[in-house]
Amino acid sequence: MDSLQSYLVIAALLFSMGIYGVITRKNAVAILMGIELILNSANINFIAFNRFGGMENLDGHVFSIFVIVLAAAEAAVALAIVINLFKNIGSVDVDDADLLKG
Amino acid sequence: MAENLFLVIAALVIASAFWVVFSPNLIHSAVSLLFTLFSTAGLYIFLYADFIAATQVVIYVGGILVLIIFGVMLTNSIDTPSIAASSKNQFIGGVGAFTIFVIQAAVIFNTPWHIGAEQSRDSTVANIGYLLLNEYLLPFEIISILLLSALMGSALLSRRN
Repeated sequence: MDSLQSYLVIAALLFSMGIYGVITRKNAVAILMGIELILNSANINFIAFNRFGGMENLDGHVFSIFVIVLAAAEAAVALAIVINLFKNIGSVDVDDADLLKG
Repeated sequence: MAENLFLVIAALVIASAFWVVFSPNLIHSAVSLLFTLFSTAGLYIFLYADFIAATQVVIYVGGILVLIIFGVMLTNSIDTPSIAASSKNQFIGGVGAFTIFVIQAAVIFNTPWHIGAEQSRDSTVANIGYLLLNEYLLPFEIISILLLSALMGSALLSRRN
């Protein structure tokens, strides 16, 4: 049970559920949650390959630290944008954010 | 014992991620995301990644999740039922996500993965620190600057006036 494939299947499930959330949600914050799920599944893959691939050092761990830092930066910037969107159009529905449409 | 624990944690990851995506209430989604992130930290412990598990708890649960909950609170009025997160395109999204999962599962089960020697179960902190300050010094510095500028930019974006 504690094999590479089981971790990869868990990560694949997380990834496809994140994709589903990004496609179907209308609220911008909910889309952000889907993106967090996708980043987490990538992290699980990095760590699992590092653990089972017989690597001498911990490159996968370093990469997943970079992914976590990028997720933090992305969440901060995205929430600032969402709050500005809410101030300007009074809604966080991504369908309402069509100000650039001609 | 450990195997049962692994199954419980894996089921918790999947079930709470499912509820993050399908819950009609945005606050429930955020709280469910808390369980997903915590049980992902449990998976990291199963993979001997102690430092990453601690980082996951501190940064994701302590930082990003609080930020997301603030985002939910600031952009919805709590006392109105309009906090419900409506969905659309369920059919296209479901078919697309399922197709992606099937393709991934086919690749996972048809690839002859190279399984290496058992890794040592020592603490990973010293090794990660060594890698960050030697091989990955330049990416480390670049990502520090990126994080600083992203935080400054978001503070600038979200201040009044």
